[in-house]
Amino acid sequence: MDVPSDLLYTKTHEWLRREASGEVVVGITAHAQEELRDVVFVELPTVGKAIKQGDPAAVVESVKAAFDIYAPVSGTVPRVNEAVAKSPQLVNQDCYGQGWLFAIAPSSSEEFSRLLSPEEYARQIQASTH
Amino acid sequence: MNKTALHDRHRALGAKMTDFHGWEMPLYYTSILEEHKAVRQALGVFDISHMGQLLVTGRDALPTLNAVMVSDISEVGEGRACYTLMLNERGGIIDDLIIYRLGTVEYLVIVNCGNRSTDVTWLQEHRVGHTTITDISQGRSILAVQGPLAARVLEQILDAKVAGLGRFEIAPIRTMGPEACIARTGYTGSDGFELFLPDHHARRLWDVILSVGRSLGAQPVGLGARDTLRVEAGLRLYGTDMDDRTTPFEAGLDWTVAINKPSFFGKDALVRQRQEGLSRKFIGFELSQGPVPRAGMELMADHADGGAGARRVGTVTSGTFSPILNRPLGMGYVEPSFAKPGTEVMVTVRSRQYKGTVVRLPFWKGEAKQATLASPGIPSKQVGG
Repeated sequence: MDVPSDLLYTKTHEWLRREASGEVVVGITAHAQEELRDVVFVELPTVGKAIKQGDPAAVVESVKAAFDIYAPVSGTVPRVNEAVAKSPQLVNQDCYGQGWLFAIAPSSSEEFSRLLSPEEYARQIQASTH
Repeated sequence: MNKTALHDRHRALGAKMTDFHGWEMPLYYTSILEEHKAVRQALGVFDISHMGQLLVTGRDALPTLNAVMVSDISEVGEGRACYTLMLNERGGIIDDLIIYRLGTVEYLVIVNCGNRSTDVTWLQEHRVGHTTITDISQGRSILAVQGPLAARVLEQILDAKVAGLGRFEIAPIRTMGPEACIARTGYTGSDGFELFLPDHHARRLWDVILSVGRSLGAQPVGLGARDTLRVEAGLRLYGTDMDDRTTPFEAGLDWTVAINKPSFFGKDALVRQRQEGLSRKFIGFELSQGPVPRAGMELMADHADGGAGARRVGTVTSGTFSPILNRPLGMGYVEPSFAKPGTEVMVTVRSRQYKGTVVRLPFWKGEAKQATLASPGIPSKQVGG
């Protein structure tokens, strides 16, 4: 399973990329999109919204069910991926690239220590699939 | 967990398996949407051996069936089939099923897997005269071969007059002995066939159909796409869209009911309901875009008198995203005054309201009609629970 080494992860299968600007970009992992398959709808947070680490921030729907996407860190939402709202299948096609979901301007740097490293996340999904 | 005779095939194909009423069945092999499209555009092969196969035979088989089914079974000629319902005394639907007349006094009855034992008990209890009811499911399979290429591919493989078989007709497959039959029925809204076979024939046929059909776009199809296909075709699912507290009139299945039959179980309740009127009606609705309507969600509408605000008028029972019509579809029950095609309803998803329109079922009207976008079609009688 594809777990890029330049990202941080959550137990709930979100990935997070720290940008030079200080913002972070959030999406769901290859493992998560593989489990969901057939993504047909994405509901993104409103721009400007304040979100809290661990709270539901977006929804990704497959044909079979709707799944909450949790905020990996607290902060406000400066922008969302309008393209993925129009073409939800981008989550399946390119989950670490064009299929990103929303950005966060983090309110604290302390929360990052609670995220998983690529090695930790890879171990977690390996454990869950065996 | 129960397994079908094709379980090893599903495993070998890498299917994602699911528990369906105690049966370990394929949910999908590659992707629900891909498998859905394969059926609409080419060919899909389904293992539906979880469904119950009952044999009703004997001198009084017909009076027995006529006493418990809402349809007039005497109208079903040899080699023909009929979609019908079995009701309790309150007019509630015990099961929806297809009855195939194999011989003068021999009927094959295909029932929903979750209702198999209930149905057998009910038929036994209401048996008339010389009637034998046998559950023949053990050792037998059912394959559904569905899609525009179904007739062409099956005709290459079987020594049966496949293309000559009319809708809702059944014939023996001579090369496979007296216990193998093919019928032009299905649960997808596309053209197609269902094959009722001993397990060893089913295993061989599964392999042959897929190897012959692969180059034409044939795919194995799981229960996930079976569900999205049947929703697109406006077909109700027992236990989801109707149960023993739903009457045929509420479920919009009036056309199955031979109300002029002297008697059948549940008739009095139906006659009473016809006089008293309905409190809810089954509808289909579509959204132009947005989330997928799912079972249990509220349906809202503006007050008919133009009053302010919306109120709850019904509940969603089934929904999906249609990859063919490219929009979310839903079915459910609303107060009768909101059941007319064209009526605006709103579905509540995560406390937000999304606008939808009531449309005539089926959403998908079949290859021929869909291609020409003909005027709204009559409801498809192609149902297989």
